[in-house]
Parts: sequence; C-alpha cells; structure tokens
Amino acid sequence: MSHEPYARPPPGGQPPYLHREYGSTVKRAPSRALLPLQQTLSEVTGPRFRAEPELIDLTRQGKGEALGQRIVVAGRLIDQGGRPARRTLVELWQCNAAGRYLHGKDQHDAPLDPNFTGVGRAITNDEGEYRFLTILPGAYPWRNTYNAWRPAHIHFSVFGPAYATRLVTQMYFPGDPLLALDPIYNSVPDEAARRRLISAYDPGLSQAEYALGYRFDVVLRGRESTPFEGPR
Amino acid sequence: MSGQPATPSQTVGPFFRLGLDRPEWNDLTRDGPRGEKIVIEGRVLDGDGAPIDDAVLEIWQADAEGRYDHPDDGRPADPRFHGFGRALTDEAGRYRFVTIRPGRVAGRGGALEAPHVNLTIFARGLLKQLVTRIYFADEPSNDSDPVLSGIAEPAVRRTLLAGRQDGGAAYRFDVVLQGKGETAFFDL
Repeated sequence: MSHEPYARPPPGGQPPYLHREYGSTVKRAPSRALLPLQQTLSEVTGPRFRAEPELIDLTRQGKGEALGQRIVVAGRLIDQGGRPARRTLVELWQCNAAGRYLHGKDQHDAPLDPNFTGVGRAITNDEGEYRFLTILPGAYPWRNTYNAWRPAHIHFSVFGPAYATRLVTQMYFPGDPLLALDPIYNSVPDEAARRRLISAYDPGLSQAEYALGYRFDVVLRGRESTPFEGPR
Repeated sequence: MSGQPATPSQTVGPFFRLGLDRPEWNDLTRDGPRGEKIVIEGRVLDGDGAPIDDAVLEIWQADAEGRYDHPDDGRPADPRFHGFGRALTDEAGRYRFVTIRPGRVAGRGGALEAPHVNLTIFARGLLKQLVTRIYFADEPSNDSDPVLSGIAEPAVRRTLLAGRQDGGAAYRFDVVLQGKGETAFFDL
C-alpha cells in the first residue's frame, strides 16, 4: 500500500485554464486559484480496465475501406521515470481525411466517409505499448478567430495507474505549418513539454506498400520519489 | 522527480462524444454492489450561468466499506462495484450518476476522510481537466474531514456539499466553472 504522491508539473509544463487566444476558455476558466490538495488514497488509486473490447483498426469499421492516407499510430505510455503504464485504457477519436467528424455538431462543409467513424480503443500491453491503424486526419476550420484552422490532430484519452495520472490530450503531426498559429497547441508555455504533443515519423513503424508510421509516446506524471529497488 | 517532461493536457474539444460516450458507465451499480444506492445529479454551468452541454464528468470512488479497487489500497474491494463512472451533459447541462454511498476512506497519517466522490470535469474550453470532490451534506464526519476543514471560507466549502433533494435518494451537485457560486477546484 503506497500513498506516495504523484509529482506536480513544473511551471509551464501544462496549459493554464485561462488562455484568451482560445476564446472558449474565457467563460469556463475558474476565477479563483485552485486549492492545494495533499494526495491521499483517493488520488493515488484509479480505475483499471481489464476487459474492454479493443478497436484498433479504424480503416475497416464499415463495409468498405476508409478513404485517406493510411497511418500506423503507435507508441508507449510511460511515466517520467520511463516505467511502462501496463494494461491501461487508451481511447482516441479524430475527424476523417477531409477534416469532418462523424458528429452532429460538426457542420463543416466537407464530406463524411461512410466507412470511417474515427473511434479507437486499446489496452496497453505489459510494456505500455499500444498500436492503431487509422487514416491521416484532415485540418478543419473553426470559429475561434476569422479563417482559423486546427492543425491535423488525433484526440487521446489515457488513464495510467492512478486518478492523478488521468490525461486527455491531442497528438499532432511533424512539420504542420498550422501548429505555429494554433492557440490550443500553443497554450502550453514550455516548449519542451509542448513538443511532446507532436508525433514523430518513424520509418520502422511504416508498413511497406501499405501505411506510414507515426510514433506518439505519452509520458504520464511519475511519483514524487521512487523507492530504491534491489540490493543496497 | 527528475526525468522527462510529462505530456501536456489539451482540451477534449466539442466532439469527444465520438470517443468517450459509454452510456452504461454512468451506472456504477450495474453489477449489484453492496451498499446504499444513490443518485448524484446536477448541472454544469459557465461564468454566465449558462448550461454547458458539452462536458464529460468522471467519478472515482471507494466502495461501501471505503475501499478502492486498486493495488495501492491493498484491501479487497467489492468486486461487484465499479468505482469509476463517466457521464456526459445533455443540452440543459445536466448529468446523472447512479452509484452507492462510499464509506469513509483512509487519509494521510491514518486519519479517516469523510465519504466523498472524486469528480473530474473535461469540456471544450478546458485545456486541462478540473478536479473537485463531492461530499454529502448530511454526513456527520464532514466536520473532521481534513480536506473540508482546510477550506477557510464556509461559502467555498459549501460548494463541495451535495444535498438530498426532496428527502429522496438523489443528491444534487452543481458544478459552476466560474463566477458566482464557483465550485472549489483542487490543484491535484
């Protein structure tokens, strides 16, 4: 039984709640400072998902194949000390190759793909690894400011070992010119932390004659201190 | 702790329903656990008092005996209880969980904490989740709870208390993200 708390992020390592360049934060960010909380069992424990049905091939969820550039998205969930997050749930969702989500609120004038839902789900293995086959999502306009476009991205939801490690984030693609203009990506002040959000093209993950490979490792908060293990 | 920087959070955006909608997950009692069955429901509101129809709420709680189903608790928890739940708000900003009233749980230094439900809120416009706790207004042990006692202002403390509605099994807990009646959120 361990109550060892999870480390707090360094300044700039996470986005603020109020980020005026992203208009939706203005009426939703708390106005008071967050209250300090000493982590207890409530925070260092968390849900485990043993028997979730996986959905790891997003290209063949319909009668035919999804349209677009096929990509492998794979990586590891690890903590800041490099230890794998084993047997934990990864959920993802994304728009299609044309930049349209299969969602009633998405009114972007781009075609839907009847063979693409954009929904994936996986459980990491004992090395913390996951792997999806999907298609490259398109960029799409949003009304944050005039003529604003979101860079291509895939939404990731991960749990890790504890309530304190819960993380929802977005994965971006290397070299995307829209990144420099995107207030959501740029809400993270620290550059090294921000760059964690960009996947890497990985030839080793590409499948010959079939799909391009992108690696996206997710680094979760680690414990404040780790007990020394092994002989002293 | 040293080591590499953690991956930052990003908003769930407006289209999370695709990936996160798991309707059965709002009922933590679906396998028939021990304990007093309750409903926790309420609304999520923004700084104008307008309902937020695109929020995801997740709860994590102990079973009726105050045990978390997790190795760091170490005690066997009720195998029929799902300690984790998820609910999405509707067009009026409402959410609803069916669960059991948790037992008191071990706090720091061996002190017991009052029964509570840990609540996380995700939404468009939240670049990072908000974290709070739902306590029960009719619980005598609240007075000795270290987290509640650590909140100096009574009006702020009260935002963490869910009250019974009409003497029934339903507790009401509204989440106000900003402004008048703003919920107390924690730096986890």
